[in-house]
Amino acid sequence: MTNLTHLTITEARRRLAKGEITAVELTRAHTEAMAAKRGLNAFITETPDLALEQAALSDARRAKGEAGSLEGIPLGIKDLFCTEGVRTTAASRILDGFTPPYESTVTANLKRAGAVSLGKLNLDEFAMGSANITSHFGPVENPWKSKSDPAKKLVPGGSSGGSAAAVAARIAMGATGTDTGGSIRQPASFCGIVGIKPTYGRCSRWGIVAFASSLDQAGPMARTVEDCALLLGAMAGHDPLDSTSAPLPVPDFAAALTGDIRGLKVGIPKEYRPDGLSDEVARIWDLGIEWLKDAGATPVEISLPYTKYALPTYYIVAPAECSSNLARYDGVRYGLRVEGKTLDEMYKKTRAAGFGAEVRRRILIGTYVLSAGYYDAYYAKAQKVRRLIADDFNNAFKSVDVILTPTAPSAAFGIGDNTDDPVTMWLNDVFTIPTSLAGLPGLSLPAGLSADGLPLGLQLIGRPFDEETVFRVAGVMEKAAAFTAAPACVAPTQARRESAGEAGEGV
Amino acid sequence: MSLDKATVRSIAELARIEVPEEALDHLAGELSNILTFVEQLAAVDTEGVQPMTSVTAMTLPLRADDVTAGGHADKVLANAPEAMEGFFTVPKVVE
Amino acid sequence: MAYILQGDTGDWEVVIGLEVHAQVISNAKLFSGAATAFGAEPNSQVSFVDAGFPGMLPVINRICVEQAVRTGLGLKARINLTSVFARKNYFYADLPQGYQISQYELPIVGEGTLTIDLPDGSTKAIGIERLHLEQDAGKSLHDQHPTKSFIDLNRSGVALMEIVSKPDLRSPEEAGLYVAKLRSILRYLGTCDGNMQEGSMRCDANVSVRPKGASELRTRCEIKNVNSIRFLQQAIEYEARRHIEVYEAGGSINQETRLFDSAKGETRSMRSKEHAHDYRYFPDPDLLPLVLDPKMVETIKAGLPELPDEKKERFMGEYGLNATDAGVLVADQASAAFFESVAKGRDPKLAANWVMGDFFGALNATGRTIDDPPVTAAHLGELVDLIKDGTLSGRLAKEVFALMVETGKGPAALVEEKGLKQVTDTGAIETAIEAVMAANPDKVAEIRAGKDKLIGWFVGQVMKATQGKANPGMLNELLAKKLKG
Repeated sequence: MTNLTHLTITEARRRLAKGEITAVELTRAHTEAMAAKRGLNAFITETPDLALEQAALSDARRAKGEAGSLEGIPLGIKDLFCTEGVRTTAASRILDGFTPPYESTVTANLKRAGAVSLGKLNLDEFAMGSANITSHFGPVENPWKSKSDPAKKLVPGGSSGGSAAAVAARIAMGATGTDTGGSIRQPASFCGIVGIKPTYGRCSRWGIVAFASSLDQAGPMARTVEDCALLLGAMAGHDPLDSTSAPLPVPDFAAALTGDIRGLKVGIPKEYRPDGLSDEVARIWDLGIEWLKDAGATPVEISLPYTKYALPTYYIVAPAECSSNLARYDGVRYGLRVEGKTLDEMYKKTRAAGFGAEVRRRILIGTYVLSAGYYDAYYAKAQKVRRLIADDFNNAFKSVDVILTPTAPSAAFGIGDNTDDPVTMWLNDVFTIPTSLAGLPGLSLPAGLSADGLPLGLQLIGRPFDEETVFRVAGVMEKAAAFTAAPACVAPTQARRESAGEAGEGV
Repeated sequence: MSLDKATVRSIAELARIEVPEEALDHLAGELSNILTFVEQLAAVDTEGVQPMTSVTAMTLPLRADDVTAGGHADKVLANAPEAMEGFFTVPKVVE
Repeated sequence: MAYILQGDTGDWEVVIGLEVHAQVISNAKLFSGAATAFGAEPNSQVSFVDAGFPGMLPVINRICVEQAVRTGLGLKARINLTSVFARKNYFYADLPQGYQISQYELPIVGEGTLTIDLPDGSTKAIGIERLHLEQDAGKSLHDQHPTKSFIDLNRSGVALMEIVSKPDLRSPEEAGLYVAKLRSILRYLGTCDGNMQEGSMRCDANVSVRPKGASELRTRCEIKNVNSIRFLQQAIEYEARRHIEVYEAGGSINQETRLFDSAKGETRSMRSKEHAHDYRYFPDPDLLPLVLDPKMVETIKAGLPELPDEKKERFMGEYGLNATDAGVLVADQASAAFFESVAKGRDPKLAANWVMGDFFGALNATGRTIDDPPVTAAHLGELVDLIKDGTLSGRLAKEVFALMVETGKGPAALVEEKGLKQVTDTGAIETAIEAVMAANPDKVAEIRAGKDKLIGWFVGQVMKATQGKANPGMLNELLAKKLKG
């Protein structure tokens, strides 16, 4: 019998439907993997007993003919989603001991579709980070190893680093992520999996711990494009509890994977080829363009001139919103309290002890850019540039159907690297942030391995609420890429073959 | 923009985050770097551009005036670090 | 008459602008589905949105929006078809989110006017700067525990309208009239119950002074959360005098927030507001612009009730009342309606006098309300009829009215029952007059000698003899005839 943890969601669904496996068997295989791979630190809270209970209920539902679209599929939940009765931390000390009395809309939707939750996945504190090293619960380790230094621990990317690591390490069949500036796409790229940040408003934000409200968006992470399409179909939908949730029907995303992209125009933005772009990344991008041409699509060079201002824009807008969104963590109603003689002293001590360095920095920057006398120079200015960035995309989409870019400027780096200066770390998100600012759907899929044996992703960007085209193109690219590589810890044989240069789309 | 210690102290006060006096210098340096980085935006001509507060093209949805929540003081208080007699409690405030 | 404060250096005038926080009448809160009723158990009307729990999001209540539009229209103000909600960021124990959702640059209602009715019957137009919707904060109780403050979030998230006047008010009296008139309009509109004791209407006063005749505005102080009109007036007067004293001693006023201590009758600086405010307003990214359908505004406009000013005009025209009486009667919608049912088809001035006099007196004395009056409008109307047709004298009518209050019975029945009908039988009155004259021949002589003042004494005696039932007109006429011999 094949290792159940290696199945795709699509395959598992078929086998569950045929009665070849049960949800309990499938879940147990994953809870065992979760225990075996605890060293990755992908989970903050493991709930194996709860998962098995849910799996048993799932089998019972299936027996009664009431199977949902994700019936019995074990998933990991990023610990930014509030889960009723299960501790939720946002990877922060400030939420110490917090157990939500409510379930986020997205996870409730997944439950309704029959999914089983394995537990709560590690992330950067409050989703602020690109390497999953800011978690109060310690860094997450990328299951992938570089050929040149197999002993070196690599970051999984962030902020959805636990999600990406768990999916890549075959602990979970899929996971929820959230993406504010690249937090689904960049870790997906670093861990060799597929992740999509849908259009802003596609998934409800209700019950997701907020970082930057105008940017935050939930999305799925899985090992195939089709699995992501299935997951997003279950997660998405209009939610009257979120004023920014789009009142649109959810398309059958999986049905969009027709394999036919003939005649499609694919934008290739020239600004995404900055001077310092690594050769490897540039080459895999060119490879991607070739695949699309081979499939009958037409690459079109486009210009997104305000791209270079996306990062500074983001690092005004996101901290500003975060400084306000995180004001509620004050030690009064939930979470950590550090006593003080006065109310203000209690606030200051609580927030100093509860937030990590990166979160504190962003709160302070956000406070500053909103403060009297600076609002116009920073926040108002950034919002104007944000419009220019969004207009860039609007203009581009007049002539193209989808845009192809690299996901990240590099492959995964070592835990502890790039930490000297916060701004250097932020550069990881240079290709993903413009999409976030414009609220557009962006998908990252693994396109090949670097010379050092690490996954590299490509990003597809679509029109608002046109995830279907993004999925369609991604499906074609996935087939062309034939990315079958896996981290050594899950596929020793395959990984050995790859390191010998026999397989994969090595570049 | 280079932030001085006094400014960092006052931002930290506004944000209610205690910063030890000895950490102010380092923090001022970090924050100044970040501000210098974001100040690239000054080069962009934004004359006549409307600020973008939301990417959605929608307007605010309105809900019905129905009572659908509340009546669960126990749940509201269950996570409180400190509560008495149905109230949250904090160090006494003198007005 | 201008309100002038005399200082040592000369005359000063006071400049006042008011910010009134009026709780919107709605079942549920502005951005959550929790109830708004007053006086519930602590934290029992709190949703996770109101308590600022992680991941909770606001969704606006349609009725609160409509109420704000209705109020704006009632204040003859411009309705902004697009308005924006902004976050006002500050930390306080009863502000769970760490910010208040309010409106800043683009409020739902723009400039309007409120007309105050001065005691001399004249009016003065006071500019309305704006009206915006915002969330209320929770409540802190500081006297429940020696070292703790207690926090109740029941009010957290309740919809408030902040109604900001222009600095057009020039005396404590005008400020009081403004608040009373605003309350009256809000109650007419059904948008706020105006109950200051329960805190559903609160007032902040911005007060400054300047030498009489000066046009510049000096530094103002904001007196927070005054919860009665009387306190508001006391606070303004105290604050104005304080400013004058400071200026006259060569000092200057700091712009600050102050609290009115009603026990001491003075204002003092608020310690908790000592920190420089920097509210860091920015558009709330959880909410989108509020765009109103012009049709909705038209529908609300078409459904507005007749408001106090229009009603006053009509009372003056239709019933011939003077401005002061009309102003008193329209202040409260139910009182105005009561008056109208009494006055319908009757002598309106007589009706007005009875409503404003004995009837309002009885309301006060019995502690009952216009909705549950001690005397119904129908009964009071009947009483007016009985006066008008001569059945009752004014004096008897007062007696009957007192009995109506006491028994709840109608006037006709009481007149019948108690035999209070006015005596209009000439013979009976003549008999009584003759009896009094016969018993007091000396007084008769005095009158006949020219001492007219004694006529009153005779009227009294005859009235006494007839138990007050003699028709006063007839009595006077007959008495005059008889005394002249």
